[in-house]
Amino acid sequence: MIKRNRGYQALANIVMLLVTLMVVLPFLLLFMSSITEENTLLLNGYSFIPAKFSLGAYEYIFRSGEKIFRAYGMTILLTVVGTLVNVSLTALFSYPLALKDLPGRKVITFFVFFTMLFNGGLVPSYIMWSSYLGVKDTVWGLLLPNLLLGSMNILLTRTYFSTSIPDTLYEAAQIDGASQFRVFRSIVLPLGKPILVTIGTFSGLTYWNDWTNGLYYISKNTDLYTIQNLLNKMVTDLQFLAQNSSNMSSDMAAELSKVPSTGVQMAIAFVAILPIILVFPFLQKYYAKGISLGAVKG
Amino acid sequence: MEKAVKRPGSRAEKLKKWLPLYLMMLPGAIYIIINNYIPMFGMVIAFKQVDFSKGILGSDWVGLKNFEFLFATEDAMVITRNTILYNLAFIVLNLFLGILFAIFICDVANKRLKKVYQSAILFPFLMSMVIVGYIVYAFFSMQNGIVNKSILPMFGQEPIFWYNEAKYWPAILVFVNTWKGVGYGCLIYISAIGGIDPTYYEAAELDGAGKLKQIWHITLPCILPSIITLTLLNIGRIFYSDFGLFYQVPRDSGMLYSTTNVIDTYVYRGLMRQGNIGMSSAAGVYQSIVGFCLVLLSNLVVRKVSRENALF
Repeated sequence: MIKRNRGYQALANIVMLLVTLMVVLPFLLLFMSSITEENTLLLNGYSFIPAKFSLGAYEYIFRSGEKIFRAYGMTILLTVVGTLVNVSLTALFSYPLALKDLPGRKVITFFVFFTMLFNGGLVPSYIMWSSYLGVKDTVWGLLLPNLLLGSMNILLTRTYFSTSIPDTLYEAAQIDGASQFRVFRSIVLPLGKPILVTIGTFSGLTYWNDWTNGLYYISKNTDLYTIQNLLNKMVTDLQFLAQNSSNMSSDMAAELSKVPSTGVQMAIAFVAILPIILVFPFLQKYYAKGISLGAVKG
Repeated sequence: MEKAVKRPGSRAEKLKKWLPLYLMMLPGAIYIIINNYIPMFGMVIAFKQVDFSKGILGSDWVGLKNFEFLFATEDAMVITRNTILYNLAFIVLNLFLGILFAIFICDVANKRLKKVYQSAILFPFLMSMVIVGYIVYAFFSMQNGIVNKSILPMFGQEPIFWYNEAKYWPAILVFVNTWKGVGYGCLIYISAIGGIDPTYYEAAELDGAGKLKQIWHITLPCILPSIITLTLLNIGRIFYSDFGLFYQVPRDSGMLYSTTNVIDTYVYRGLMRQGNIGMSSAAGVYQSIVGFCLVLLSNLVVRKVSRENALF
């Protein structure tokens, strides 16, 4: 749509520039406060132009941030494993569903689709996972609930497999006597790479950002915390401190004062989003494509 | 390749063709049953007085007693009101701004700027609510937030105890949600607008139609399917909230509950903090059932209006 009207172009650009500014500034504030000298931070508050710079927060992380490194490693491990399993399960599930003459195709599709309309809620889920499946305080509690396979990914992949891979290819392979697994490996996977990367992006981002599984299922074994859980825990601890500073024993106060200083908190937060910022330009294409595909009725 | 010759369509041949496919689907199916379907049956918890020494199956049925308790509280009204009002605000704002930004982005002549804007609106969507909570805190922290320390003093105003006063949070949360979420819908509208035949606009220009007329008569009608689909999905989810938004951003501060407590946070706090399984499960079932009915209803409405845009 080519619109050379000067006034309109100016308006559109001004509005969108403002929007861009409103998006960028908060993250800039986050970064700036991570490189502000700690006392300046407490005196002058968060600010875009710190009176005094300091890399002390990052130095602290590198020197004594054992917990932080472990949380980071946990996040990476969880994201990689979770995404790989998610994509594999999705691909395996979606290929048969893409075949137009699969017996029971409609029923199975409904079986998947229904989960998008209705769910049992937190209470039954939580009781099932913790009391009956025993994932509390284990790494499975981070990996398994909710994130391992989703109907959105399945429907996206199924649609892609069925529309972008010609039926004739399947038929030709079958005439040649190829087994289904062979077809999957040699035709579906290679040709399906774009959609698999897209859902991998979705899944990876979800795993990286997830903090509720840790909130629900990890209480004692804090070694299993991901970066997001760590950040969440710091907020909880600070809130607790703020609300209970009067009636606390000195032991508790000492324990809780292990909450890192403000600058360090900001540094940890920045370090948590840095990978996303770095990878974003490469993955944006797939992510955006996936979102617009998802809006088309599968 | 040598194979024993079988009658076409024989059982063995059918099995050979389909069995591997069902085997492929098996792991996923098992997970979906465990993760999604079994908890659906777990909704019976809301109708029981759960005693863990007896287990769930052995606990007594109490009919609707949990629901009676739930709706007797003032909380039930507050969380329902909050959930619905916030979602309505979100739907309207995201719709309006999403379309507006999409139109602007599509019309920007400079290709590089177009890309920048597209990346920018999507960017906050990729962050977790925990991070967003930290950013909001950097602005509104009572001791050293940039608003209290730098912005308010510029106007000669006294600092405000943001995290203690509930009345500011509807505005804050609506703004944050829009900031974070408008990019999602916007992207969908951008691709919808991209699919509009440019000759429509050329014809309109020849006829002397201004920009506003073009948007009203061409752009909006053409992207109506996307608008309906998205809005339908959102209305169907009007009983559900983004747990992170209402738990993380207000930092779970009790003084803000009157304007920040929604059904999802109520269920969480009831279950995890108070161990009140009866009320939290009742609230959860309330949410699931009403939510489901709303999806069915909104889909029915759309079927009447424009059949092909309905979900099913």
